[in-house]
Amino acid sequence: MSLSHYLVLAAILFSLGATTVLLRRNAIIVFMGVELMLNATNLTLVTFSRIHGDLTGQVMAFFVMVVAAAEVVVGLSIIVAIFRTRRSASVDDVNLLKN
Amino acid sequence: MIAGALHALSDAGTTSTGEAVLFWCLAPIMVLAGIGLLVVKKAVHAALLVITIMISLAILYIAQGAVFLGMVQVVVYTGAVMMLFLFVLMLVGVDGSDSLVETIRGQRWIALLAGIGLACVLVGVIATAVYDAKGFAPEAVNNNPQGIAEILFGQYVFAFEVVGALLVTAALGALVLTHRQRLVPRVGQKERADARVAAGATLTPLPAPGVYARHNAMDVPALGPDGRPLDSSVPRVLRIRGQEADAQEFAARIDRVLAGGSVVAGKQFGNPDSPETAPTEENQ
Repeated sequence: MSLSHYLVLAAILFSLGATTVLLRRNAIIVFMGVELMLNATNLTLVTFSRIHGDLTGQVMAFFVMVVAAAEVVVGLSIIVAIFRTRRSASVDDVNLLKN
Repeated sequence: MIAGALHALSDAGTTSTGEAVLFWCLAPIMVLAGIGLLVVKKAVHAALLVITIMISLAILYIAQGAVFLGMVQVVVYTGAVMMLFLFVLMLVGVDGSDSLVETIRGQRWIALLAGIGLACVLVGVIATAVYDAKGFAPEAVNNNPQGIAEILFGQYVFAFEVVGALLVTAALGALVLTHRQRLVPRVGQKERADARVAAGATLTPLPAPGVYARHNAMDVPALGPDGRPLDSSVPRVLRIRGQEADAQEFAARIDRVLAGGSVVAGKQFGNPDSPETAPTEENQ
């Protein structure tokens, strides 16, 4: 098994995450799709770090994790704030800018 | 030492058999969980599937020699981020399941097509690229945290500080976003008590039902100090159902007592002037 198998797996996971974002309408599940994409990117970074024999890729993945943690906190609080005002976590209901 | 042997790459850039077995066990699970994320209805199930993917990713990180990152993956993603997701699901309502009704026509097929297209492009690029895989030296894997620390606190120390500021900002932002301004003054215990007194409601507990020593069933109203039945002593449910006993019956009896016409336990109530003849009759 060559290391590009890991990269293919990461690509498939990234596509699944992107499809989740496009397909689902519950804001929380959409957010999970974003997380899945970030995780797939991390797997790519770790695999490339191994391919090059350089730990910098793992440091990059570490930074991605920290930024993702911050992003989750802000994103989920936005979802909670929207849920409080609109009583719904569906992305279809957030249409104040429509028309 | 064992770890070093596991992570070692052959000259052709291929992994050890053990790592291949691990990969082929975990990769189908992860892809199936990812497909499940597209089709499950409940958000809680989606969260569990994502947790499965994240734990599998942590195992793959460790298999690839990124020991520190595998641990961080478990602690940060599975432990903190996904728990936060579940916590928000609890706030929003666990039954907040996704409606499977399309609001935009053909969105499902367009999204699936876009996803498959993205997968084809990415896999095509990766499959055609040629890598000269070097792999880590065994001692680099065994000293993985030290190696990461040297890069993190050497070359990227400023980025590390900035990320710290980012985390503080995110925490403050979450506080501000979820803070709710109070529109009406807080109603506490004191305010409630004052309102009850002002409204003239009963301040004491309601009297218990039943006329003790005569009839203590729940449907019998208690008698007040003036001998009148107290309707409020009967449980509200019985009153609404119309199942309370006729209060008039007991009121009539107490009227008789007050008028001095009844003898109870050798004493004649209501008429202290009457002769003490009753006890002998009662004792016989």
